[in-house]
Amino acid sequence: MWTGIIVAVVVLLALALVFGGVLGFAAERFRVEGNPLVDQVDAILPQTQCGQCGFPGCRPYAEAIANGEAINKCPPGGEATIKALADLLDVEPQPLDAEHGVEQAKRVAVIREDECIGCTKCIQACPVDAILGAAKHMHTVIESECTGCDLCVEPCPVDCIDMITIEPDIRSWTWTPPKSGLIATDRQGAVA
Amino acid sequence: MTEYLLILVSTILVNNFVLVQFLGLCPFMGVSGKLETAMGMSLATTFVLTLSSVCSYLVYTYLLAPLDLAFLKTITFILVIAVVVQFTEMVVRKTSPLLYRVLGIFLPLITTNCAVLGVALLNLNKNNNFIESVLYGFGAAVGFSLVLVLFAAMRERIAVADVPVSFRGAAIGMVTAGLMSLAFLGFTGLVSV
Amino acid sequence: MTQLWDFNGGIHPAENKHQSTRLPIRQAGLPNLLVLPLQQHIGNPARPLVSVGDRVLKGQKIADVSEGLGVPVHAPTSGTIEQIGDMLVPHPSGMTDTCISLRPDGEDCWQPLTPLTDYRKMERDEILTVIREAGIAGMGGAGFPTSIKLRPPRDRKVDTLILNGAECEPYITADDMTMRERADAIVAGIKIMAWLLRPERCIIGIEDNKPEAISAMGEAIAGTQIELASIPTKYPSGGEKQLIRILTGMEVPSGGIPADIGVMCQNVGTAAAVAQAVLEGKPLISRVVTITGDAVREPGNFEALIGTPVSWLLNQAGLDGDKVNRLIMGGPMMGYTLKSDAVPVIKTSNCVIAASASELPEPPPEQPCIRCGQCAEACPMDLLPQQLLWYSRSEEFDKAERLNLFDCIECGACSYVCPSSIPLVQYYRYAKGEIREQKAEQQKADRARQRFEARQQRLEREQQEKEQRRKERARAAAEAQARKKAEAEKAAANGGQDDERAAKAALVEQALARKKAKTEAADTPAPATELPDIGALESQLEQARGKLDTMQGMLEEARAQQADNAEKLERAVAKNQERVRRAEEALASARQLSAQVTDTPSTH
Repeated sequence: MWTGIIVAVVVLLALALVFGGVLGFAAERFRVEGNPLVDQVDAILPQTQCGQCGFPGCRPYAEAIANGEAINKCPPGGEATIKALADLLDVEPQPLDAEHGVEQAKRVAVIREDECIGCTKCIQACPVDAILGAAKHMHTVIESECTGCDLCVEPCPVDCIDMITIEPDIRSWTWTPPKSGLIATDRQGAVA
Repeated sequence: MTEYLLILVSTILVNNFVLVQFLGLCPFMGVSGKLETAMGMSLATTFVLTLSSVCSYLVYTYLLAPLDLAFLKTITFILVIAVVVQFTEMVVRKTSPLLYRVLGIFLPLITTNCAVLGVALLNLNKNNNFIESVLYGFGAAVGFSLVLVLFAAMRERIAVADVPVSFRGAAIGMVTAGLMSLAFLGFTGLVSV
Repeated sequence: MTQLWDFNGGIHPAENKHQSTRLPIRQAGLPNLLVLPLQQHIGNPARPLVSVGDRVLKGQKIADVSEGLGVPVHAPTSGTIEQIGDMLVPHPSGMTDTCISLRPDGEDCWQPLTPLTDYRKMERDEILTVIREAGIAGMGGAGFPTSIKLRPPRDRKVDTLILNGAECEPYITADDMTMRERADAIVAGIKIMAWLLRPERCIIGIEDNKPEAISAMGEAIAGTQIELASIPTKYPSGGEKQLIRILTGMEVPSGGIPADIGVMCQNVGTAAAVAQAVLEGKPLISRVVTITGDAVREPGNFEALIGTPVSWLLNQAGLDGDKVNRLIMGGPMMGYTLKSDAVPVIKTSNCVIAASASELPEPPPEQPCIRCGQCAEACPMDLLPQQLLWYSRSEEFDKAERLNLFDCIECGACSYVCPSSIPLVQYYRYAKGEIREQKAEQQKADRARQRFEARQQRLEREQQEKEQRRKERARAAAEAQARKKAEAEKAAANGGQDDERAAKAALVEQALARKKAKTEAADTPAPATELPDIGALESQLEQARGKLDTMQGMLEEARAQQADNAEKLERAVAKNQERVRRAEEALASARQLSAQVTDTPSTH
């Protein structure tokens, strides 16, 4: 009887060792460097580099998301970004975390040129180099490159930067979806 | 030759592991939300099933049976399956990090997929030889993949359809799975294996 | 008989065209104020060329597009520019856009016109410039600049020119009446376009519910190679892609343009405008507009100046203010509701419907889709409207795009047949808008990321450069220190500070002396202390003589052949003779010098 048990234990141990060796070899052979998922997450984030998510830029937040961070911390991205991230990572979309800010209409910074003193503090603050200017020369915001992150407002010593909401005009207008309100469930807006 | 064909038809359609024998329902319900995920999962499961079916057969025939250790088959097979799944995880992580992230916990859960252990054990009952074991495992995997992909495609459409509120989500999924199962019952008697 | 094909789908709504074809085209007259939007075309908005208070003549260019796609805007009558600013324009949003408003002075005075006497003698590009300067854009409704359309890329030859006289949408009869009354102008326009494109075939497609137009055009094309095809009435046969399929059997590839398959489609109204621009020199300042609907007493077609307010035209047609329930710009299938009748008629306005409540009632509420599939049967583009609905509703836009959402021409056939009255086209328009917005945002985000990364690199680079400069300076300072120390040690070895100073002074003197000698040597070219190199001078002389001989030989040859370069060669010969002489002199003086030197003993 004892031989039977010993043989069984020995066989199991042998199997375990062999398989352990196979797995060890495989772990070396299939080692993964870096995390390509981060690139895909970063491609979805809006790149305002504003820091409202609590991370110093969009790439650090992307890395955090790849490691399991919540996806609802980006106000400039808004609902659309949360939904896209949820699709990519196959998690449930959550509403925007109000602690980090609320979703606002797109804004751009505008410098009141009469008051600008040419100190270059805002130029140094802008994460996408959207402010044109030099020391003791006029500064101005390149409207098409401004992401509305409002990191330039704080450093300005004479407080001459305004955040202006972009008003919709006839060229940026798009159709709204039709609203169906016949059935009670449609009015509740429930879609699985 | 005919026996091999019969084995395949039997495992894919007539005795489909998911819809007729009701094994492996966990990934069936859990991963079928999106079609891409389902296809990735079915590839992973095919790999695991075929490989573990073969390895289990070999371990049993050349190690356990001669040493009269047939009673160890359950734990040994689980060991084999766990190793194969770990190996598959590493391969998936290397080749497609997105799929790895998307499959998430379901990838290591293939270890506990009763279909995988079921295939390994049922193989023994049927006294299959080596080729037949391979085909049995492969056929089971193809059947699993077929049903998983079909179900995922249907669930994607159901997700955007006008489903009554109380049925939305898992409930209508279960109803659909039941109807699919009824449909597959129509294959009964096609092949008697 | 031209061979005809058919396209899948299509519907047969009630035509309602008889109301507006009873009367001939009437002149709409001169309203009190004309409002001219700066963008009546696809492309960039035009910029005003006039200022408030300027007096302009009829046909004078008042706005133009300086960069990008676009056509100029002209004054439809003489008058004064009253205002340049935001005014209501015909657009589904009901928003305003920049317009120029013109107060007519009643004189209707033309500016000097320059018609092309014979366009066949002109360059193709010149004619296209005339068409562009006349401000002609597609008048069927799209508004694409015609001169650009008539200039397809070099590798896409147009084999078939199709004229779109189908006018398939109910209520609209503007093209019908134009074809009946102005067939000659249309044919003249076709000839101009055919001359520009050199197609193999020219076909005019007219729906068979317009027999008068067919016979009028048939008479006008007699004796030409232009074909006339009477096509079965079906909505939307007048769609460009559908008409091409009917007349040529070919399909325009998804995401492509008809020029990709060698076909071009132009509206008959545009053809007439081209003829007017080229043959009469008149820019596009008026168009035929259908005013119809139960709420007007005398529906019909009007030749209206661009910029005429819709309210003016409605009055001309006898609007009953109590009866009118809705104003539609365009037709009942593809048009949109006007929130105000103060909007002007623009180059692409073909119809205004003043509908009573019973004529175009409120649509019934949207009910759930019963998956009947009628929409797919009706779709003229062979799409899957039901699936597009599900995806648009659940905002799965990538799936909708994959099902060719952007091939939808928004004709409304699917919404027309839907038994649940689902406004399908609204969903598609919404989905398309969202997709476009998302793509634009994605591009902006990518650019922002690029700029951010470039900035990071720049900052890093600056940091590195600073580090490097700091290291350089540190190293230089260290070296200077080391050198000073070494000298101090050396001086100490030589004994004391005075010796050090004397040694330094001596070193400085030596350096100065060396410098002096060098400059002296450079100034006096050495005959005093050096023997001239006779050998070198002799060889130089030989070379010069040789060159002179060659030159002289060439000169004689040139003279014999009376070649052009004889003069040049003479000058070259003269130069070489001069060189030879100088070399001989140098040699002679060198020989003299060496003779002197050898006589006197050398100093070194």
